[in-house]
Amino acid sequence: MTSRLAAITLNTFREAIRDRVLYNLILFVLLLVASAPLFGAISIDIERLVLVNLSLTSISLFGVIIAIFIGTGLVSKEIEKKTLYTILSRPVRRWEFILGKYFGLLLTLVVNTGLMTLGFYAALLITTHKLTPADARLLVAVYFIILQFLIVTAITLLFSSFSTPIFSAVFSFALFVIGTFAEDLRSFAAMTPGPAGWLATVAGYAVPNFASLNVISQVAHDQPVSGSLIAFNTLYALLYSAAVTAGAVLIFERRNLK
Amino acid sequence: MSLFFLASKLSLANQGSDRSRIAKGKNAAVRFTPITHSCMHAIEIQGFSKNYAVGFWKKQLQPALRSLNLTVEAGETFGFLGPNGAGKTTTLKLLLGITFPTAGSAKILGKDFRDPEVKSRIGFLPEQPYFYDYLSAPELLDYYAQLSGVPAAGRAQRIQELLQRVGLGDVRNKHLRKFSKGMLQRVGIAQAIVHDPEVIFLDEPMSGLDPLGRHEVRELIQGLKDAGRTIFFSTHILSDAEALCDRVAVIHKGELRGVGVVNDLRSSSADKVEVIWQGAKALPALAGHVPESHVTGDTVRATISAEDLDLVLEKLRQERARLTSVTPLRGTLEEYFLAKTSGTGEERA
Repeated sequence: MTSRLAAITLNTFREAIRDRVLYNLILFVLLLVASAPLFGAISIDIERLVLVNLSLTSISLFGVIIAIFIGTGLVSKEIEKKTLYTILSRPVRRWEFILGKYFGLLLTLVVNTGLMTLGFYAALLITTHKLTPADARLLVAVYFIILQFLIVTAITLLFSSFSTPIFSAVFSFALFVIGTFAEDLRSFAAMTPGPAGWLATVAGYAVPNFASLNVISQVAHDQPVSGSLIAFNTLYALLYSAAVTAGAVLIFERRNLK
Repeated sequence: MSLFFLASKLSLANQGSDRSRIAKGKNAAVRFTPITHSCMHAIEIQGFSKNYAVGFWKKQLQPALRSLNLTVEAGETFGFLGPNGAGKTTTLKLLLGITFPTAGSAKILGKDFRDPEVKSRIGFLPEQPYFYDYLSAPELLDYYAQLSGVPAAGRAQRIQELLQRVGLGDVRNKHLRKFSKGMLQRVGIAQAIVHDPEVIFLDEPMSGLDPLGRHEVRELIQGLKDAGRTIFFSTHILSDAEALCDRVAVIHKGELRGVGVVNDLRSSSADKVEVIWQGAKALPALAGHVPESHVTGDTVRATISAEDLDLVLEKLRQERARLTSVTPLRGTLEEYFLAKTSGTGEERA
């Protein structure tokens, strides 16, 4: 079981790497590093703040776009090109295939994020001329971005397990945008009486809460992130992504492939 | 004449490198585990049916397969024949767990077809296969070998031997996106047998191949057959089935129309006799019994019904004609196939 899961994971990762997706990201990192000296010129005294906000937001957005871009085709492409037939005719369980795809995409995103984070720290060093212990705190924001990817990948895979790539991409991105405003949705629910309020409450808690996973502004202003928030967010992301992936498995287990 | 000769020479010269490559491949030894067939039936299908929901609301059911019963013996090469859309691929997809039957069940090697253990003992080549084109052939085979549970020890050697066997020993790290259709088909066969399976399912293995490619694939299948593997292959190319199969089944519009031993089907499909004699004057006396005849000088070559043979011979004796030969004509698989697929389905076997 482990070797089959590892094989599918590594093959998914290899596909992403050879699909030249990473090349765009390397270009992004190079651009960021090359433009770092400009931040000092256009934003005196707040160059670090601008750089941190811009870079971490870019890392997050790029990752989400890649997760949706690759994730929506993960299952449908295998069905369309019939490569899945040669997988399912082997002793591979359908859940192993879904989990392998999930971990493969996640591995791709983690490696991408790692590379971009290296580029970001290089740009930070060029801009501020030295790295301080406070800069290590920025890694918490990067960790939360990876937790976001855990959820986005699962959501994309869920839609990919039953829908076309275009619809999967639209649904996934829509859910990401709604999830970014999950806290606002909950506030709105608290203020709204009656059925509309109940509906908003359900929606507020059902959609992934990406707002609480975004601490970019906080770390950019050198504000600490509590250990309890890190623990809560970790647990939340793990449980949410596990539930959504389980949904993807349930759908895919029953799916007739034409 | 000279132009034809030149063209033949050029054609042979072009094929020379391919032929030597295949010959080299054939010399490579691929180890197949000796098989002791523990069960008589390699495949047993009982009442397989499949309906697809069609239409906007998916409420209309379209039958793709109707109550299929079929048995394939261990070690035999079985041809599953039918025109496009007959239900051949649907049957394979049901057996392999790619899609689920509406009704019915099946056993492969004596076990339920959904049993994962069974799947490590079967191989599958899909029709017009497409593989991960960002991989090289050794990488692809290694991936499939891992999925099939082939131990890491000796895996690389087996893959190399297999590539040699299918004539791809020299491709090395070339990505599959640069492969020709024939090369992809050979990789397809290699992936189907990389884990040394006992039962091999091939869906239209000759589809889209040129004569040379078809010859290669035919040799590969013959090699597997010689090694005792059970081969179940679907095709609509009847000459391939005729050359390779022990038994065939004909399916049409989702229904099994006939099944049997190839030689029996061929002989039973046309009971005609060719009679040749000297003495054209005897022909008018046979009017009504000789539907087809050719006269060359005094020699008559006639095709008659086997039922009329005694009567025709008697008449020829009476007319003092000199009998040269009597040859039973065997029908072709094509005739059997056409007979089974052109009817309404009422003449099902």
